[in-house]
Amino acid sequence: MSVPRFWRETPRRYNLGGSKCTTCGTVYFPPRAVCPICTSHRQSIEKMVPYQLSGEGEVVSFTVVHDAAEGFEMQVPYALALVRTPEGPTLTGQVVDIEPEAVTIGLKVRATFRKLREEGASGVIHYGYKFTPLDESGILPSARGPVGPVPATDAPGADRASA
Amino acid sequence: MRDVAVLGVGQTKFGELWDRSFRELGIEAGLQSLVDAKLSSQDLGALYLGNMASGALIDQEQIAPLILDVSGLGRRHLPAIRVEGGGASGALALHAGYLAVASGLYDFVVVGGAEKLTDVPDATAAQITSSAADQEWEVVFGATLPALWALIARRHMHDYGTTREEMARVAVHAHEMGSKNPNAHYRNRLTLEQVLDAGPVAEPLGVLDCAPLSDGAAAVVLGPMELARKHTDTPIRIAASQVACDTMALQHREQLTRLDSTVFAARRAFDQARRAPADVQVAEIHDAYTISALVSLEDLGFVEKGRAGAEFATGRFAAGGRTVVNPSGGLKAQGRPFGAVGVAQVVELVRQLRGEAKDRQVPGASLGLAQDVGGTGATSVVTLLERAN
Repeated sequence: MSVPRFWRETPRRYNLGGSKCTTCGTVYFPPRAVCPICTSHRQSIEKMVPYQLSGEGEVVSFTVVHDAAEGFEMQVPYALALVRTPEGPTLTGQVVDIEPEAVTIGLKVRATFRKLREEGASGVIHYGYKFTPLDESGILPSARGPVGPVPATDAPGADRASA
Repeated sequence: MRDVAVLGVGQTKFGELWDRSFRELGIEAGLQSLVDAKLSSQDLGALYLGNMASGALIDQEQIAPLILDVSGLGRRHLPAIRVEGGGASGALALHAGYLAVASGLYDFVVVGGAEKLTDVPDATAAQITSSAADQEWEVVFGATLPALWALIARRHMHDYGTTREEMARVAVHAHEMGSKNPNAHYRNRLTLEQVLDAGPVAEPLGVLDCAPLSDGAAAVVLGPMELARKHTDTPIRIAASQVACDTMALQHREQLTRLDSTVFAARRAFDQARRAPADVQVAEIHDAYTISALVSLEDLGFVEKGRAGAEFATGRFAAGGRTVVNPSGGLKAQGRPFGAVGVAQVVELVRQLRGEAKDRQVPGASLGLAQDVGGTGATSVVTLLERAN
């Protein structure tokens, strides 16, 4: 994925910025330009407003990936999950700081800002969200440390960005 | 709208065809279909070609005029149109050809499907497979196409009690069927233990839950039913051809374990044909992953939601069962050259409905269903074919 292609989505991938339809109240992530469920579809045009997700959620399904996506080869085996947020949207992301085998449907998680992958010979580094157990007792000792909220600005130098 | 019939079929062997080029595969399938339809190329109105990723796989675009040209038809300046819809590209091309003939725009068209996956390394081909998923919101976070299907599988197991063994039976079934198909990529039989013990790809899916990366091409000739008898004694009527789409990313689906694109395409197809799932004796469905076959059987209406695994184990989809599924071996055993798959499904059904399927013939088959799926179901195409008597 080219630098501009990744970069233009950083506000969403770094900060979980979604959108909300002011007509029906439904929240979307990633943000949508038009609300798909409003019966008066056209009336939602220009009625979508930015909406910030809390980053909390619950695993609705998961897999342990052994045959990695490009750029994720060094992370196998890794847990990938669908996480449903209380605001409504479901997100796709890795669950980290926990043994992949320990992930279950129903696990409460929260988003954390991490390095996703390095790409190509130029080594472009992609950052974004991964998920970590909400209950800190579920976090591997090796992964414990100062865990802050999802940064509100571009902060690719996050010291725990290697997970 | 006119009734449309399949007048001729052609197909190459599927597999790792190192010695054969994309062009050769396209020519072979296309010419076979023209010969089978006893059609002079003078009568041909257009070519539709289903292909998912020729740009990424062989650095070649404009492949529809290319295949027309190398097939010796370039000097007639016919329209040649490529159609893309991920793994459903072949059946989408068939839909386009069907509409063209039904509308009266052309009398006879060739619909081809072709893909050459082995000119790039396996890892590259696997990444290209995942390009049928959402690059921006799935793949960038570590998803692959099998991983997304694994998410569907895990939830299906959780909600309905589907087991690993039930999924594995789909692969055993596919290889049993493929063993009788000389064009199949894999003709070896598998045991349940082999499937269960194979290395993991994305849990719960293992290597043998996933269809292979294959080269191959298939083609059919379509024409108006009123002219069909001049070309064949057994015209096969397209009773329905329907397309439905859904959200690109799995995360946005209303129900994780339901392919709404398949639900809607099937419903529209059965309405168009005024038939029901119980009328279908033979079906070629999307078994790119063992779980995709089970979910598809449910969403096509053959079994109640959540019951496909248990029903599969009873043998009702095996040879001699009420609806014989994937007599070709399916994507799992016959092979998975993306754009060729949907056309090859129709080739198999036509052979079945004509009674020409030899060792794998479903006795007395008169109505067949094909279901072609792109990605995790952003596109589904359902085609119903019936023997016209």
